[in-house]
Amino acid sequence: MPKICIVFDRLRTEEKMLQKEASKLGLDTKMLDAKTTQISTDSKREDMEVGQIVLERCISYFRGLHLTACLEFMDIPVLNRFEVASLCGNKLFMTLALKKHGIPTPKTYFTFSKQGAAQNIDKVGYPLVIKPVIGSWGRGVMQLKDDDTADAIFEIRDITDSPHDRIYYLQELVDRPPRDIRVITVGDEPIAAMYRKSTGGFKTNLALGADPELCSITKEIEDLASKASRAVGGGILGVDIMEDNSRGLVVHEVNNTVEFKGLARVAKRNIPREIVEFALAHIRK
Amino acid sequence: MNCPECDAALNIPDDASVGEIISCPDCGADYEISVKNGSNVELKQAETVGEDWGE
Repeated sequence: MPKICIVFDRLRTEEKMLQKEASKLGLDTKMLDAKTTQISTDSKREDMEVGQIVLERCISYFRGLHLTACLEFMDIPVLNRFEVASLCGNKLFMTLALKKHGIPTPKTYFTFSKQGAAQNIDKVGYPLVIKPVIGSWGRGVMQLKDDDTADAIFEIRDITDSPHDRIYYLQELVDRPPRDIRVITVGDEPIAAMYRKSTGGFKTNLALGADPELCSITKEIEDLASKASRAVGGGILGVDIMEDNSRGLVVHEVNNTVEFKGLARVAKRNIPREIVEFALAHIRK
Repeated sequence: MNCPECDAALNIPDDASVGEIISCPDCGADYEISVKNGSNVELKQAETVGEDWGE
């Protein structure tokens, strides 16, 4: 019987759904808590008893990324692969990958100090959106409309001074309806999509209370999401698309360890089952 | 089982698993189930939201 392992650090609805579907498919399933996992340079694949493939589902990006590196060191296949997780977890790396592969994406500026960012703004003007290169759920994403706001945000970054605070990721404010489109792709195939509608502000993250609504996958969405998935190396991903009023669809983000419990309730296809079947197909390759 | 913080009764579903988060209905403290063998349940303080949490 094939065996899969689901790595977690906080057992959420998604991980339980995956476990349930794996059991329904007759798979031997191991739930592995990353927080209590020990690995050394002498560790071997057989020591881990994780079966043929691991679904990495940690809520902490760095924990999941580093554990993936350790598992791949032991030649254990992991979804998503280290390179994919590494790209998607950092907005700057991800944006560069999208642009490099010809995916329409909002114009984004990169500077590496407060002074650099201020000079950049002098050149390009407002409005802009500042985003932390690491982070999720819309946290730290803010509109820059004037020098006062920019100065305040830069000063806070100076005080907190985490390594990533020195990287300034400024993006054009896209003129669009107050919603975006989240597409879940499994093996480069879009399997479900939803609109995430803003509840008042400019952010559309479900974690901030945005309302989900099923979105039909048009040919244009399908093509764009597939290309975006391939651009970052494929796997199980959440592709975020905005409807720019002048340019049409633009991809602004590709997410690793995608959350799907809201969409799973209304999607026509069984998202956790598709994910497990994709993992199974990976084993059989 | 009662909340270690405020002593309110915690609702731990029978089908809850190790790694799941239980929130106290009174004070809102979050606990992670660290051991579950039948009715024997042990809790530990849940991790707080990290800068790198999310998708």
